[in-house]
Amino acid sequence: MSGPLLAIRDLRVDFATEKGTVRALFGVSLSIDPGETVGLVGESGCGKSVTALSILRLLPSPPAIVRGGEILLRGENLLDLPEKRMCEVRGKAVSMIFQEPMTSLNPVLTVGEQVAEVFTAHRECGRREAAARAVSWLGKVRMPDPERRAREYPHQMSGGMRQRAMIATALALEPSLLIADEPTTALDVTIQAQIMALLQEMRERERMAVLLITHDLGVVHDFADRTAIMYLGRIVEIAPTKGLFSDPIHPYTQGLLASLPGKGTGTARLSSIPGAVPDLSSVPPGCPFADRCPYRQAALDRFRGGADSRDSLGICDREDPPLFEYAPGHFAACHYQRAMRGGGAS
Amino acid sequence: MLRFIVRRLLLTIPLLVGISLISFLMIHLAPGGPISIATDLNPRATADARARLEKYYGLDRPLHVQYARWLERMATLDFGDSFSPDGRPVAQKIRERIPITLTINVLSMGLILLVAIPIGIYSAVHRGSLFDRASTVFVFTGFSIPTFWLALLLMILFGVKLGWLPISGIGSLDYQSLGLAGKIADRARHLLLPVLLAGFSGLAGMSRYMRSNMLEVIRQDYIASARAKGLPERKVVYRHAMRNAVLPVITILGLSVPDLLGGSVIFETIFAIPGMGQLFYQGVMSRDYPLIMGILTIGAFLTLLGNLLADVGYALADPRIRQG
Repeated sequence: MSGPLLAIRDLRVDFATEKGTVRALFGVSLSIDPGETVGLVGESGCGKSVTALSILRLLPSPPAIVRGGEILLRGENLLDLPEKRMCEVRGKAVSMIFQEPMTSLNPVLTVGEQVAEVFTAHRECGRREAAARAVSWLGKVRMPDPERRAREYPHQMSGGMRQRAMIATALALEPSLLIADEPTTALDVTIQAQIMALLQEMRERERMAVLLITHDLGVVHDFADRTAIMYLGRIVEIAPTKGLFSDPIHPYTQGLLASLPGKGTGTARLSSIPGAVPDLSSVPPGCPFADRCPYRQAALDRFRGGADSRDSLGICDREDPPLFEYAPGHFAACHYQRAMRGGGAS
Repeated sequence: MLRFIVRRLLLTIPLLVGISLISFLMIHLAPGGPISIATDLNPRATADARARLEKYYGLDRPLHVQYARWLERMATLDFGDSFSPDGRPVAQKIRERIPITLTINVLSMGLILLVAIPIGIYSAVHRGSLFDRASTVFVFTGFSIPTFWLALLLMILFGVKLGWLPISGIGSLDYQSLGLAGKIADRARHLLLPVLLAGFSGLAGMSRYMRSNMLEVIRQDYIASARAKGLPERKVVYRHAMRNAVLPVITILGLSVPDLLGGSVIFETIFAIPGMGQLFYQGVMSRDYPLIMGILTIGAFLTLLGNLLADVGYALADPRIRQG
């Protein structure tokens, strides 16, 4: 079958809080082909995890409300599925590993039971066989001494081992899409490398697609075929990973890449993006990044200083820029670049 | 585990001695004494007679000697004789009161658990629903209404107006002549109101406790990961969430062990139930030192035992403590 495995179209999600409605996703569109790895990068609170959780419909509701859009898995809109069918999707067609291995396992059930559960939940086999298959999967994810470990409880294991158990659970039914929500953030650096190597190996063996959510550009660089940059509930740039790193278009992406250490600039201080992410409950109209954007600020300075007779980037404060294609598969949402580089098709 | 239990049991001995010492001093600090209560209003009681009585009960000795003698007897589990006119052994008086108090308390505790845990869990799972709000009002009504007042209302309704239930005591006049089934039915009819009332007033605490436990558990990461596996909601709630939410109830149960034997004075007075509460009340009012000390010591021992049971029970149920 051709076409994307997963296609998110114009997904809008709000959170109803006591202080009023907070918009979390402002029309996110993203597609993932079978076997492809897509990196989703952004800072805390930009909507990465909300996007991931919406795919599996695991957002707590209330307070989360899906306002619009669709999430098509092989053409079927997951947002329309009855809860019972959705349970069949979770863990089987699409599975997920979470950020916090220390708290993602139930403290009162053995690790073996928790892995085995995925087989029984999907009626793959009986209890006894599920237990045996759980042990074999723990072995496949390189859990040392899997038979003994399967009988142990989460508190008896390290973070790395628990994350292996989570991965075993997620891969056990050979899903076509794995969502990895910051799978290594909570782990030591050496364990991070081991877990990423394991994910890499599993991805190749199982030929599954991966949606890798992270704030670590290094991980994305080594791992993802395509990378999407999120800012304030929007995807501001999405491109083949190589193209994104060699020619970042959106000023936010440029800022992120410039802030990476070890780029050989020789300066002692790391560069950073000035300003802070605006409050999601009061997002002004226009481009969400305008306040922190060097292009926008330069244009404002020229206008105020009298060098320009008119504000050349006034549009940034008025209109939220749509995504334009600058190179094959390389989209970015920026008025300035659109004016400078021209071309591109929406 | 066995070593832990033995060590904890041995530790209770010094604790019990300490508690009894404090109780002993407190009782003697209270104004009045058994002799003055028994003789003050008797015009024929001479000073000589009082001295004889004091000597008879050993109250003429210094306080520390009295305590030492009490402790000595306690070491052989001898609670002594009551100061009351019948002069019967304290142990015997307590023993005949325990069954009825224990029955009522165990039944009402069972009722509370049976009703409050499901209410708490269902309210948490369906937070903000009509059921949640209605049950909140219901349990807090039970919590706020003075028990004695509600008891009187129910007695009027079921005992006087409808005539369905007896309103006092624990057996009908013809109790002794009934067969076994008749005895059980008669006892049940007498206990129905007290048990229901005690349960109703205790619902709020437990159900709110369960609800907040469950709400806390439901937002844990492992609940999200259980859902992500494709488990149906029912299994997420009952297999993953409930087990974690019910664990702390074990502690509550352990801590309520002493309450099971301590009757409520108000309750037992309203329903004329010859229970522990009534006995203790009478003991205090007549300054019956051996009786008060006996009941307090049993209460202290049960409290310590309950704590131990709670720890052991929790350890058995929670792998983190069992193997930690």
